[in-house]
Amino acid sequence: MASEALTSNEYIKHHLTHLTYGQLPDGGWGFAHSAEQATQMGFWAIHVDTMFFSVLLGVLFLWMFRSVAKRVTSGQPGKLQNFVEWTVEFINTSVRGSFSGGKNDVVAPLSLTVFIWIVLMNLMDLIPVDWLPSLAGALGVGHLRVVPTADVNATLGMAITVFYLIIYYSIKIKGVGGFIGELSFQPFGKLGLPANLLLEGINLIAKPVSLALRLFGNMYAGEMIFILIALLYSAGWALGTFGAFLQLGWAIFHILIVMLQAFIFMTLTIVYLDMAHQEHH
Amino acid sequence: MDINLTLIGQSISFLAFVWFCMKFVWPPIVAALDERTKRIADGLAAAERGQHEQELAEKRAAETLHAAKQQAAEILGQAQKRANEIVEESKGEARSEGERLIEAARAEIDQEINRAKEQLRSQVAAIAVAGAERVLKREIDAQAHSDILSDLVAQI
Repeated sequence: MASEALTSNEYIKHHLTHLTYGQLPDGGWGFAHSAEQATQMGFWAIHVDTMFFSVLLGVLFLWMFRSVAKRVTSGQPGKLQNFVEWTVEFINTSVRGSFSGGKNDVVAPLSLTVFIWIVLMNLMDLIPVDWLPSLAGALGVGHLRVVPTADVNATLGMAITVFYLIIYYSIKIKGVGGFIGELSFQPFGKLGLPANLLLEGINLIAKPVSLALRLFGNMYAGEMIFILIALLYSAGWALGTFGAFLQLGWAIFHILIVMLQAFIFMTLTIVYLDMAHQEHH
Repeated sequence: MDINLTLIGQSISFLAFVWFCMKFVWPPIVAALDERTKRIADGLAAAERGQHEQELAEKRAAETLHAAKQQAAEILGQAQKRANEIVEESKGEARSEGERLIEAARAEIDQEINRAKEQLRSQVAAIAVAGAERVLKREIDAQAHSDILSDLVAQI
């Protein structure tokens, strides 16, 4: 909840500032104390909150799935194994439906990681916006954003990794020449080479950018709405009650977005990798 | 929107997670799923085979039962035949035994008759002698006439 001293503007700004570690204006290294300071740190700074929560959730995911994989049985599965199997089966079906590039041991585990990890990160949005930052504040941490996917660095980091994989598989399947040829001689043939390069180049770059920004935009907007609803709590009991219902409604609706965005990110990853495996003629 | 080192950190952790998932999570789970699929398929096949075998066994059982019934009927027939034979045999034996008994009885009766005749003869002689004695009380010498009477008895 916003403390008395904060205006709405400051409250929102506070909620949208990462816990940033980098070089401070005085030359030393440490956490930024304000949004301006964080921005001034430039590229050589790191969002500790984003890293902490994403790695925490990633490890949680892998720990859970690994604990099942270690004592997996082809006989009667337990409850957790049942859930894990259902997830794996779901991912496997999606991959088989969208990916036609032959045998590839990377795509399916990649899709599983993408899906579960993003779902977990997105779900952080459903924790009331003030809980963890207040807790962190009580522990002396000034800023905290708990939804890693509402940080463009996180989504872009994943999207760029996918982008590298796209280029890697394009070159692996078609060779360097084939890949460059694909960029240069389509769709207008040899004579339209500059236009081809421009179009295909944009097409290629658009893949990771759209992948990253779609997820980021959805989660950022969702978080923003939660913050705005949270503002109502400091505007009297009537608006506060109204805000409680709004938050409930938005949270329920947001579950849909959480799953949907994770699914879209996963499906597009599969589709892009599938396209990287296809020979264009 | 400040792009910074977090981007690279995220890429690295993402790659690490994918690598871990690919090495240690995905293969065992998928292997277990495949194995279960195979086991279920095997189980279904085995069930079908079992059913087939059961049908065969039922057929075989029916055949065996049929043969057994036939054999039983045969044995029963033989037994009946043998029984009839035995009955016939014993009837024959009984008849001959009866005849033998009758024969023996008849012989005994004949003997009895003869003995009775003998006795009668001797008694008749005695009675005749007694009668003659009474009739011829005085003048008769029993000694002299008993020879004549013996001759007489022998002639009867």
